[in-house]
Amino acid sequence: MLRFLVRRFLGAAITLLIISAVTFMLFYAVPHDPARMACGKVCTPDTLELIRRNMGIDESLPLQYWHWLSGIFVGRDYTGIGRCDAPCLGYSFVNHESVLATVQDRFPTTASLALGSSVVFLIFGIGAGMLAAVKQGKAVDKIASSASLIASSMQIYFVGPVALYLLVYTTHILDQPSYTPFTENPAAWFSGLLVPWLVLALIWTANYTRMTRSQLVETLSEDYVRTARAKGLSRRTVFFRFAWRGAMGPIVTIFGIDMGVLLGGAMITEKTFSLQGLGMLAVKSVINNDLPMLLGVMIVTAAFVVFANIIVDAVYALIDPRIRLA
Amino acid sequence: MTDESAEKSSTSPDSKGTETRSPGQLAWRRFKRDRTGVISAIIVIAFFVVGLAAPLIAKLYGKDPYTTYGLNDPSLLGDNGLPAAPNGGINSEFWFGIDPQLGRDVFTFLWYSIRNSLLIATGITILAMIVGVAVGITAGYLGGKTDWFLGRVMDILLAFPQQLFFVAFTPVVLALFVGDNENTPTSLIVVSLILLLVVFGWASVGRLLRGQVLALREREYVEAAKVTGASPARIIFKELLPNLWTPILIQGTLMLPAMVSTEAGLAFLGVGLQDPTPDWGVMIGYATQWYQDDITLLMFPGLAMVIFVLAFNLLGDSVRDALDPKTKR
Repeated sequence: MLRFLVRRFLGAAITLLIISAVTFMLFYAVPHDPARMACGKVCTPDTLELIRRNMGIDESLPLQYWHWLSGIFVGRDYTGIGRCDAPCLGYSFVNHESVLATVQDRFPTTASLALGSSVVFLIFGIGAGMLAAVKQGKAVDKIASSASLIASSMQIYFVGPVALYLLVYTTHILDQPSYTPFTENPAAWFSGLLVPWLVLALIWTANYTRMTRSQLVETLSEDYVRTARAKGLSRRTVFFRFAWRGAMGPIVTIFGIDMGVLLGGAMITEKTFSLQGLGMLAVKSVINNDLPMLLGVMIVTAAFVVFANIIVDAVYALIDPRIRLA
Repeated sequence: MTDESAEKSSTSPDSKGTETRSPGQLAWRRFKRDRTGVISAIIVIAFFVVGLAAPLIAKLYGKDPYTTYGLNDPSLLGDNGLPAAPNGGINSEFWFGIDPQLGRDVFTFLWYSIRNSLLIATGITILAMIVGVAVGITAGYLGGKTDWFLGRVMDILLAFPQQLFFVAFTPVVLALFVGDNENTPTSLIVVSLILLLVVFGWASVGRLLRGQVLALREREYVEAAKVTGASPARIIFKELLPNLWTPILIQGTLMLPAMVSTEAGLAFLGVGLQDPTPDWGVMIGYATQWYQDDITLLMFPGLAMVIFVLAFNLLGDSVRDALDPKTKR
């Protein structure tokens, strides 16, 4: 296990290094004047001068990257702005704020959205998929399969507003989406995020229903399941003690990757429900040409995805004893 | 349901007896018997026809998507900017109503949006398929270091949220074409959108094709071709490619609806095409600013897209059943 973790963390570090280097090069090598771009749409000459000096435009690109990279570990001094302590992901000249502080500020919204909706789509998706697989070919299966096909053809930017219109603005059954920190008021946190959770989950549930169904159908036809049945175990015991373990492995893998993606910010969902999470931060940074911020969000997202993968592989081995960590 | 009928049709001997049919003809016969597939195909074709014929429809109908009828005739819009008539201003003159504030004609705007979105998505899909197929075959056929390197590139591209890549690199790609303070012409946005979605979208096809080629490369007929001294070009185009058409077609039918909703999603987020260029995502984005008061405008592009994507997904499933009847879903 230790060897596995060490190896995977090294691999993750290398991947992140490559991603950040490539992104950095693309961001700062291609545009005509990176300082002008980092300055945003409303740019005063003073700010531009400040950025020029702090970005080290005169330096070579690898050196600029080195400054950015070393900032993460030892912090960085910005002339005229102050010190940015380690881990320093950079400074947004558009927002006049350190990238890390903004990311930390937005992350709880995104995390709440991801956690809540994943609870919903895991319960319904895996539940419906199991039901469909057990009742294969029956009416339940057909309903679950066609419902998931329809749901997976929906788009959040259409379903979201329609759900809001029906559940919030005309009937007032549910609350308008908003984010209240959980620590402040758990009830408001829950009711404010309920509609986004349900809408986001609707689309993801479809995927999980389909995957669970096909995985289980495959597992149920495997030899070890037949052996267990042949030695006289009940269908229920076979299903809950053996079959689901074999089927859940791939689902856990996909879930880990999806979780990494969701933690990086669900852009369309956040925009639809006007939630200020990492996704909206990325979109706004693009619209404002806020490159330092965008770079920060991308690295944070990449880190989530990479580490989610490691956790997934470790969990996979716990669920399915056939998998060895090597 | 479709599987059974397809199997029956292929196993039951034809009444005419021993006619020989190519695999393509067999697939076409299986497809024609699949009612869901045929209906979906008709719907999908209808969308493309309507999109391509949008200028003609606009001409016959006598309006265009750019004129702000509501501003020209203030009685069409109420004080709050919403259409004065109920249901988004639907009447005999404006069949689908007019949009709030500007009072543009929704009927023609929708067809032009579908036209632009489908053209862009089709272009992206074709280009991404070409790149994916080319890289996949190269990696699979050459193997060795090339395969290793291309494999890592695909790994990295696939491991990260594509949507974030699309969004994040839009300004970079735009900056390639346009100066810092100039306004971006629409044609350049289209070019950079296509470029971006192709660059970050081909990897899944590449990975799949690589696997297929790896399996085919070891087959006897490829070995035989090699032994007889066939050139790599001949092996790739005459021996491998004919056996890859099934996965290529299936991937294409999966990719197109995904690209339609991705492109619309970017426009919705404000980083793709911009108003007043008619586009599915632009239209939905504009409608979502107003839906709290009047949801009519949102329903036209929204439902149209759900129907299109659903029909295309069903069509994709039927194409897969027809081309590859052994696979079970």
